[in-house]
Amino acid sequence: MRMNGGLMIEVENLTKRYAGHAAVADISFAVARGEIVGLLGPNGAGKSTTMRILACYLPASSGTVRVAGLDVFVDSAEVRRRIGYMPENNPLPQDMRVREYLKFRARLKGLGRKRCRERVDQVTEQFGLKEVSRTIIGQLSKGYRQRVGLADALVHEPELIILDEPTIGLDPRQIRAVRQLIKGLAANHTVLLSTHILPEAEMTCSRVLILYEGKIAADTPENLQQSMSSNSQIVAEIAAPEVELQECWSQMPEIEQFDISAMDGEYFRCALTPRDGIDLRPHIFALAREHGWYLRELTRNRHSLEDIYVRVTTPEEEEES
Amino acid sequence: MQGYWTLTRRELAGFFLSLRGYVMIAAIAFLIGFVFKVLIKTLGSDPSPMPVTELFYSTYLFWFILLLPAPVITMRLFALEKFSGTFETLMTTPVSDVQVVAAKFTAAVVFYLVMWFPLLACILIVKHYTNDPAAFDAGVIGTPFLGIFLLGCVFIAIGCFASALTRNQMTAAMVSLLLCVSLFMLSYLAERLPAADWKAQVFSFFGLPDQMHDFGRGVVDTRPVVLYLSLTFFFLFLTLRVLGTRRWK
Repeated sequence: MRMNGGLMIEVENLTKRYAGHAAVADISFAVARGEIVGLLGPNGAGKSTTMRILACYLPASSGTVRVAGLDVFVDSAEVRRRIGYMPENNPLPQDMRVREYLKFRARLKGLGRKRCRERVDQVTEQFGLKEVSRTIIGQLSKGYRQRVGLADALVHEPELIILDEPTIGLDPRQIRAVRQLIKGLAANHTVLLSTHILPEAEMTCSRVLILYEGKIAADTPENLQQSMSSNSQIVAEIAAPEVELQECWSQMPEIEQFDISAMDGEYFRCALTPRDGIDLRPHIFALAREHGWYLRELTRNRHSLEDIYVRVTTPEEEEES
Repeated sequence: MQGYWTLTRRELAGFFLSLRGYVMIAAIAFLIGFVFKVLIKTLGSDPSPMPVTELFYSTYLFWFILLLPAPVITMRLFALEKFSGTFETLMTTPVSDVQVVAAKFTAAVVFYLVMWFPLLACILIVKHYTNDPAAFDAGVIGTPFLGIFLLGCVFIAIGCFASALTRNQMTAAMVSLLLCVSLFMLSYLAERLPAADWKAQVFSFFGLPDQMHDFGRGVVDTRPVVLYLSLTFFFLFLTLRVLGTRRWK
């Protein structure tokens, strides 16, 4: 095994072509142990394909993929032993009972009889499946099925967990529960999950990769956010005569653009765009003190993941119009 | 090996813990009983030198029972897994393609053999009412079952192959029925061709009815045994290749 400096996933120049069309085009990324990484992108961006290649279900057309330092093509069986994979839509056999299914899966993944029993008990407990352990899977609600899928992905204590759209089709309460579960996994596992829901990625993942048309459109939003914050807006809610505010803002050389709108009572909402990425907040506070204005809110709009997402996934012609 | 046993058990449970399995067993039990009844009635009015067991294996009625169940048993093996998506969860566990094919084939063959138990009951009933002990020694009863087993392996391997080709169970059943019936009819084609024709000679190797008749008489010829075993392995090998095709796409 080659030294890989604690990297769980190494993807180098991965390309996957289906009948001439490239689903994934020359992407490279790495995931360190213990990270929760979200693959984000619109439908058809190549998220599922990437995950299927990582899970050894599909081979890559070109490029190398290593999991825990092992090549997914050469050491396929060993890689599969180390991965817990839940495909899109979480397919489950309809005719098995929950406990029976988990036992079957644990044995299939090579656990010994005793270890299998222990682990099935543990995941049943962990995912709150005790009361349905004798129910036929076909009769379970969607939330329970998702938990069965997650329990299956975890039953053999994999180092890497790959979840394709783990919260799709769940109600908000169940989504929250699944997110909690995933966050709880971070201590002992590396997690790669895909989603097209932005807040989910923002909330659950320590890092997000945005895929768009088979390419990585953005990596590590923290970096992106910094680079984009140069022209981020400042919003201040101030109680002062409107004329006075207008005069003040137009005289300040640091402000490139401003917009004032009336709010409740005497308050006005001022949206200020600074020149050259200057942080305007201390200036505004100083001004408010000088004029004796009441200042009730002063925030800098950080670009949300959504802004980044929309920016990187909008075709260029559309952006211009 | 653990993967193979786990999968075989799972597949067998799929057959025996569902209504579907019992409906199939009941249907075949009915057909076997029905054919026996018809044969005994025929013997009563139109005596034949053949014992009733041998007669059973040489009628067309027997071939209905032999050809029908394999497609029905095997149609869901791969097609259903592909359709429901569980094929993906199966293939991402550390089991090999060979284990998957072997386990599904084994389970189908076991179920197929269980399905033939009612025939044994029929033979025992006939034995009870007959006074010719020579017609019922273990060899005469055992060899037809060897034939049923070997030919069943061929048909089930064909069924596995057909099921692996598609995600639709009906398509799988039709394809395997088509292949099995064509194989069965080759010998009839051979009879209609001039004997010197090379095609006739090739086709006559696949004389399933005559070969089964031999098994029915208690004769074990190595040629059909070798033929059936090699056909079984050939179709299982094809199944394996079909499973591998997802790696070429």
